Amino acid sequence: MAQTEERVLMKGNEVLAEAAMRAGCRYFFGYPITPQTELAAYMARKLPTIGGTFLQAESEIAAINMVYGAASAGARAMTSSSSPGVSLKGEGVSYMAGADLPGVIINVERGGPGLGGIQPSQSDYFQATRALGHGDFFMPVLAPSTVQEMADLVYLAFDLADTYRTPAMILADGMIGQMMEPVTLPPARDLSELPAKPWATTGTHMEREHNVVNSLYLTPQKLEDTNRERFARYDTIIATEQRQELMMCDDAEIVLVAFGAASRIARTAVRAARDEGIKAGLLRPITLWPFPTKAVDQVVANGCKAFLSVELNMGQMVQDVRLASDGRVPVSFYGRTGGVLPTPEEVLEQIEGLSSKLGKDGE
Amino acid sequence: MADETSIKTREMLCVLAGFGGQGVLFAGKVMANAGLIDGRNVSWMPSYGPEMRGGTANCNVSLSDDAIGTPFITKPTALIAMNQPSLEKFAEAVVPGGVIVVDTTLAMNASEVHSSEGVARFEIPATQMAEDNGLKGLANVICLGKLWKETRFCDRGVLDAALEKCVPAKHRNLLEPNRRALQIGIDL
Repeated sequence: MAQTEERVLMKGNEVLAEAAMRAGCRYFFGYPITPQTELAAYMARKLPTIGGTFLQAESEIAAINMVYGAASAGARAMTSSSSPGVSLKGEGVSYMAGADLPGVIINVERGGPGLGGIQPSQSDYFQATRALGHGDFFMPVLAPSTVQEMADLVYLAFDLADTYRTPAMILADGMIGQMMEPVTLPPARDLSELPAKPWATTGTHMEREHNVVNSLYLTPQKLEDTNRERFARYDTIIATEQRQELMMCDDAEIVLVAFGAASRIARTAVRAARDEGIKAGLLRPITLWPFPTKAVDQVVANGCKAFLSVELNMGQMVQDVRLASDGRVPVSFYGRTGGVLPTPEEVLEQIEGLSSKLGKDGE
Repeated sequence: MADETSIKTREMLCVLAGFGGQGVLFAGKVMANAGLIDGRNVSWMPSYGPEMRGGTANCNVSLSDDAIGTPFITKPTALIAMNQPSLEKFAEAVVPGGVIVVDTTLAMNASEVHSSEGVARFEIPATQMAEDNGLKGLANVICLGKLWKETRFCDRGVLDAALEKCVPAKHRNLLEPNRRALQIGIDL
């Protein structure tokens, strides 16, 4: 039986690395970039000591293709980067989706576009939830808001990836990556108990047909069949894997929707609004894809009169909130970009503005 | 002993700021580990990137009985300022009832910097004191000792344990000087 782990104080980036190893990751391929470098540094120190392979690739593109290779052979493999480096991985992730390969991609976001800055940002929401690469595909995207969730969600990401044979992404940001918080680490997985991968290219040993890992289908009907089969899996993911936290949403009239770093600021603002007697709440998506539409339905059913999407970008997730709200409740947006973080006071002002508007509408 | 027990407030929001290399991140880690040992909610948020390499460095440490929202502190209840620019940048933000500890060796014009009414300010020549006591580089821990004395954010035993935890095993020889520096700050 696993011992109860003690709480330790660790940086978010280091926790991503430690929890990945405990989830059974034995292959890590990366390339340094602020603000995620501590993750690779931690892997470099520790992974070889537990029988794994750490490799600093010559580029981000090489790193993601090494993940493709390790995943093809059935290993739990991971790569990490920050925004500009993740763009470079796009092609490889699309190939992984096309070949139905599990693997975990970490994005500790910084401001963009281009080289942008190095401070926390959420400007890669579209990229992560819509299309990290070309073609018709999605992948589970998990958004940690605490260092504890860095551990829990990277653990979950490996399981989702294996279960649904898909790449999975952790969309974090410079705040959660750089900060230290207490964390209780998950137990180390016994590698022999990980799910079997009968499709992996592990050698036939003259006992079975060749396994083929490939994303090239020159016959249109075969490619469509493959895509439809994959989207049937996506349907299962959408139906069963939505995750979120609801805070003070039972009677909330104004519901903030925020994930990751922004959700922490929103949480402080919601508490301050409650102190002023405003019925505010927070819907925090943990899965960005699939977006927690059922929770949006629930909040609307509870009597929500206005949504406010708070993001560290110019307004991306707000589109998913609008789609989920489907015209039932008005959706507004507040965000800062470039590594500038909104203060709780700024967000509170937005809530107060909505509250007085609702008051007038009610008269 | 009565003067060794904590008088914890519900929330301690501390900014520690100075030049890179002065050890503000280390002092913040000691504070954060004290919160960890106490079983409180804790966050430690450093400045990162190029400014860490020789420029200004700061970290935000929150110790709270509630879940912590943003780890970036806009209204600190405590400030350790180890140079003039840090004092100028953060002093004004400290809330009434808050505490400022400033190292006047490197903040020579500390008295010209305004802070809110009701903020207690302690001006100590920490860097000079460290040098005088053969504790070069431990002005940070002297300032931490002074801040602990004025805020008592944890029990003394917890503070000592946190300090011990933060001195890496391979630098065990540095534990004793760190302890002396802490005591100097507390005795001020």
